[in-house]
Amino acid sequence: MKTYDIVIIGGGPAGLAAAASAKKSGTDSILILERDKELGGILNQCIHNGFGLHTFKEELTGPEYAARFIEEVKELGIEYKLHTMVMDISPEKVVTAMNREDGMFQIQAKAVILAMGCRERSRGALNIPGYRPAGIYSAGTAQRLVNREGFLPGREVVILGSGDIGLIMARRMTFEGAKVKVVAELMPYSGGLKRNIVQCLNDYGIPLKLSHTVVEIRGKERLTGVTIAQVDQKGKPIPGTEEDYDCDTLLLSVGLIPENELSRAAGVDMNPVTSGPVVNESLETSLEGVFACGNVLHVHDLVDFVSEEAAAAGRNASAYVKGSRTAESGREIRMNPTEGVRYTVPSVIRPEQMDDTLTVRFRVGGVYKNCYISVYFDDERVMRRKRPVVAPGEMEEIRLEKAKLLERPDLKTITVKIEEA
Amino acid sequence: MEKRELICIGCPLGCPLTVTMENGEVLQVEGNTCKRGDVYARKEVTNPTRIVTSTVTVEGGSDVTVPVKTRSDIPKEKIFECVRALKGVTVKAPVHIGDVIVANAADTGVDIIATANVE
Repeated sequence: MKTYDIVIIGGGPAGLAAAASAKKSGTDSILILERDKELGGILNQCIHNGFGLHTFKEELTGPEYAARFIEEVKELGIEYKLHTMVMDISPEKVVTAMNREDGMFQIQAKAVILAMGCRERSRGALNIPGYRPAGIYSAGTAQRLVNREGFLPGREVVILGSGDIGLIMARRMTFEGAKVKVVAELMPYSGGLKRNIVQCLNDYGIPLKLSHTVVEIRGKERLTGVTIAQVDQKGKPIPGTEEDYDCDTLLLSVGLIPENELSRAAGVDMNPVTSGPVVNESLETSLEGVFACGNVLHVHDLVDFVSEEAAAAGRNASAYVKGSRTAESGREIRMNPTEGVRYTVPSVIRPEQMDDTLTVRFRVGGVYKNCYISVYFDDERVMRRKRPVVAPGEMEEIRLEKAKLLERPDLKTITVKIEEA
Repeated sequence: MEKRELICIGCPLGCPLTVTMENGEVLQVEGNTCKRGDVYARKEVTNPTRIVTSTVTVEGGSDVTVPVKTRSDIPKEKIFECVRALKGVTVKAPVHIGDVIVANAADTGVDIIATANVE
């Protein structure tokens, strides 16, 4: 069996940044396994601008951002295999994969970095009643058809869900001559970034209807129209609020799901809130030497933060392989997301193992205005940051300093919560 | 005095901005967390601009399309003219990042360039 120090599952933004960082940390034997025909992952179809402001201090499109990392990975001489599907990862870190050239093969890894990304929630998960005509796409499928394959999926469009891909596609389809009639969002707030509402909907006069959903789909062979209705606080349609829209295309932008079949099969502990693995400060899962980063860990809004997180995973995997990690004291501090904070990544911190500063990322469960993000060390509040507005669609972060945690040997729990002003 | 509320589109943070204006002149920008926010707010209330991204068809390449963008931002009211300038444009592979696809698009003085490599 072939052996590598680090095998990275997925060659998208997370896998590329993890690989480059592991190599620069001194690990030479690295292999990236990618199922697509090229590196770069979903960035290759995200042709809009807005990527890289944090990483490169300039505004790039998705393919340009990907190209920078692909170039770096190639310059560093990191090995990768395309068209390669990983079938299994064993708890002993034997990776089973297949492609047309090598057939089925196995690799023994010292460390594995999970970087498989996420996929879109589909119509099946939503239970929209009605026929199943052609013309219903996930927003990402439409994005691929328009941007990569050169097809326009339809001319009269309704979008359900206000996730970022749906908003981006509202503008994109408008550019290609389609008429986007409305974006309906079940929740009373948008799931996408505010900037995308401004520059993808407001700029083109596309209405966003909050607390609305699709209640009927019409058309037998091809979609001919949908009915949209307002919903009450429980998300139930309110009779009498129905509005009919004629359309040949319905795009769904209703959320992303981390793609963790491999992680689950390997026996990695999962966090039910993020649908991603539970990780510690090193982004290491419950399986020693198996790390996770990017959208497979938790769905991000900004690729810049994916790259940053993945670089940490690469660095930590390299330290693990080299045996250069600090000896374990067994001390663990539990992260406690509560009162408006849905989850944190990481879930557990071993202070001896953390970098001098650790970024803890999280999402809130609702829209809060003029609130504080508060951090408690056990019962003592140590941080309180005023925020004019926080929303579920925008990831938040706090930074913890290693020195502060080492100062408190009895610290058991770090609580992160939203406090009203 | 007039106050306008904006959301910064400079980066995905989307800072809420308040612009104070008098007689069409910007007196103050608040709420931005970086200099780009200040620049965006002043522009947005006087001469709003956007970067336009799209794709064009490629012949004889590893892909059938190549993504493109305006090299810099262009006046908002020129967006659709730029999009129209791309209609029917076909390029031959290979195409590389930064190659000019349409020069001086819609008389904006800004070129439309490729944003991916197609071999």
